[in-house]
Amino acid sequence: MGLFNKLKQALTKTREAISDKLAAVFKPGRKLDKSLLQELEDILLSADVGLETTDHLIAKLQEAGRKVGPDADADALLREQVVALLREAEATPPPQGAPHVVLVVGVNGTGKTTSVGKLGKYYANQGKSVMFAAADTFRAAAIEQLKIWGERSGIQVVAGLPNGDSAAVAVDALQAAANRNTDFLIVDTAGRLHNKANLMQELEKVSRVLKKRQEGAPHEVLLVLDATTGQNGLNQAREFTRTAGVTGLILTKIDGTAKGGVALAIAHTMKLPIRYVGYGESLDDFDPFDAEKFAESLLGERAEASAN
Amino acid sequence: MFDDLTSKLDRVFRNLRGVGKISESNIRDAMADVRRALLEADVNLQVSRDFLARVEEKALGQEVMKSLQPAQLFVKIVHDELVALLGEKEARMGTAKKPPTVIMVVGLQGSGKTTFCAKLARHFKAKGRRPLLIAADLQRPAAQDQLQVLGESIGVNVFRGESKNPVEVCEAGLRHARKISLDPVILDTAGRLHVDDELMNELDRVRKGTEPAEILFVADGMTGQDAVNSAKAFFERLSFSGVVLTKMDGDTRGGAALSIRAVTDVPIKFMSVGEKLDQLEPFHPDRVAGRILGRGDIVTLVERAQATLDETKAAELEAKLRKADFNLQDFLDQLKQLKKMGSLTDLLGMIPGMGARMKNVQVDERALKHTEALILSMTPFERERPQVLNASRRKRIAAGAGLSVQHVNRMIQQYDQMVTMMKQLRKAGPGQVKRVFGR
Ligand SMILES: Nc1nc2c(ncn2[C@@H]2O[C@H](COP(=O)(O)OP(=O)(O)OP(=O)(O)O)[C@@H](O)[C@H]2O)c(=O)[nH]1
Ligand SMILES: Nc1nc2c(ncn2[C@@H]2O[C@H](COP(=O)(O)OP(=O)(O)OP(=O)(O)O)[C@@H](O)[C@H]2O)c(=O)[nH]1
Ligand SMILES: [Mg+2]
Ligand SMILES: [Mg+2]
Repeated sequence: MGLFNKLKQALTKTREAISDKLAAVFKPGRKLDKSLLQELEDILLSADVGLETTDHLIAKLQEAGRKVGPDADADALLREQVVALLREAEATPPPQGAPHVVLVVGVNGTGKTTSVGKLGKYYANQGKSVMFAAADTFRAAAIEQLKIWGERSGIQVVAGLPNGDSAAVAVDALQAAANRNTDFLIVDTAGRLHNKANLMQELEKVSRVLKKRQEGAPHEVLLVLDATTGQNGLNQAREFTRTAGVTGLILTKIDGTAKGGVALAIAHTMKLPIRYVGYGESLDDFDPFDAEKFAESLLGERAEASAN
Repeated sequence: MFDDLTSKLDRVFRNLRGVGKISESNIRDAMADVRRALLEADVNLQVSRDFLARVEEKALGQEVMKSLQPAQLFVKIVHDELVALLGEKEARMGTAKKPPTVIMVVGLQGSGKTTFCAKLARHFKAKGRRPLLIAADLQRPAAQDQLQVLGESIGVNVFRGESKNPVEVCEAGLRHARKISLDPVILDTAGRLHVDDELMNELDRVRKGTEPAEILFVADGMTGQDAVNSAKAFFERLSFSGVVLTKMDGDTRGGAALSIRAVTDVPIKFMSVGEKLDQLEPFHPDRVAGRILGRGDIVTLVERAQATLDETKAAELEAKLRKADFNLQDFLDQLKQLKKMGSLTDLLGMIPGMGARMKNVQVDERALKHTEALILSMTPFERERPQVLNASRRKRIAAGAGLSVQHVNRMIQQYDQMVTMMKQLRKAGPGQVKRVFGR
């Protein structure tokens, strides 16, 4: 019992201290020394950045420390490094298809269907015509769920029957979108764990039949990553990329306290860009990704004093 | 990229062995690697720190330094400490003094609450109870439909209220259950963030209105460092009485289990291991400890074998695995049996010590057909003694199966891996094997 109480206290302190800690770490005049690096390491690890990418960033800072000396502005340097990693992963936007087909994939419950709704609204706001394909035929009421999102922003949903063939739904939708000269077709797929070979093969099939119907489709494959996910996110990215050719990430649920640091690790190790972020359960809680803002949420706002 | 702890510890202990006598600094080196492994398994940073302090104390205090097998002893200390912290197994569910027993299910968005509610209802129904599911998520599009569909699939009543207020829906549902004697009553609440004060207050009102005997916090097994924040916040508001860890059918190491347990001291009562409604298991701390350490989950493997294969076949499999003598004919038979149990990649991942080794070996399920064709084109002699397969034999076999020599080579390689894997299993030590096969 004693242990748990102690631990609880320690954790409360950790949590409450994290912003204080950031302020302390980036206090003006603090030397870029071993103890500062240690603290930075803790911050990154606590944000799910993971060991590999954390080690990389710390090594970069050390290097800078050696070059510039202990008076180097650690705060600015770290931010630069984080942003640089994210920029490196940015790809040239994929060639536009007509219709432009976006396949949305990911493990269970990350926010795929919600993100499909949001992305559709985002395109629609730019005056584009959009259609949804309800290719999650497995999850109970998944089709109804997508239909409600479609209704909310006046986007048509092509759906089949529960437990039907998801590839067939995708192809039907592509046909319908082509017939109507729709600008964007967004395909919602069932959540699946990346270690399930049969489910991954099903996804591969969806992607394959789309390609067969239209050269270059799916033009984008977006992996929806829940910001609370830990290091398993790396496995997710690796496996979905292998089967479905992921081109970018949608990072969801950043309205909570999780920072989504594993997305940085994915960007670093796999050179996969974060394309969008979701921060709520309404249609408009969605934005294109912004590297500076992400760095800020990861590391806290840049302290005024040290900005001088 | 990330090695699992098994290979890491292997290396550490090989290093330890190499220096002959173990010093405190050797142990500190080993601790550093254990720390990395815990972090890779998503154990919270602070939780791992406290955990490591305990392990180090034990390791230094005990006879590790004098032990002839420091590696084994070290692993044992780490493992036992993990099990101790993960807590008792198969904690019981609370019941109300006067029925119906209300079970309230809460958690973050998308963690698996609705699916778990249906699984729990199914679990009770199988025990002869008459559960009621209350659809109290009025927020997520089609959430009530989802519960309804799931309820229908298992023949359990689902209550959908008229009210737009979840507190009222729960109260009305509870009255309904009392009237027609349904018990237990399971409340599926909307997912919410622990930082959303308004919605957290709403849960508190549901609790006051229904006086649940059990409040279960459903957490995604893939959660990272943030697990402590959400669990703690939910716990402070609701004092939940149990934890459910979901999506444990994935390849997550599940360090969140330790983090949540450490901050709340509440038992983990169930593990959800799939989307289908019968995929619910009691919590086994020793297995999860093994997972966190990357040591695989041989018990689940054997259980799955027992559930899928008939008893004689299961006994045969056990014997084969135990003896690790295994020719290509057996390989063919077993591949067919194994395939029934799930994906091979999954299964191999459950073998202790295999996690890292198998990581880069892609087991292509479709290759099973090839394997079958290849083995069928071998002579019985060749099947029994794969070591005789020289180049010309391989060529003949490939031609017979309509495949290339590479296919033959790959298949033999797979077979060799399987044999290694079984040797590994034997080496895992009598304790482990007994634990696995002894019941
Ligand atoms: N707070 C928050 N909740 C979100 C966000 N995106 C999605 N959600 C919620 O997360 C839950 C799961 O979202 P879905 O869109 O159904 O997830 P999914 O990936 O389609 O789930 P499956 O199809 O079952 O695999 C729902 O309760 C959503 O309202 C977000 O950015 N922030
Ligand atoms: N593989 C796997 N999937 C699961 C498990 N439990 C739930 N799921 C899936 O995870 C997704 C989300 O599950 P839900 O039960 O809808 O989650 P929820 O917590 O009710 O979600 P909200 O109500 O939106 O907060 C669905 O696709 C489920 O099928 C599990 O143990 N394993
Ligand atoms: Mg969905
Ligand atoms: Mg739900």
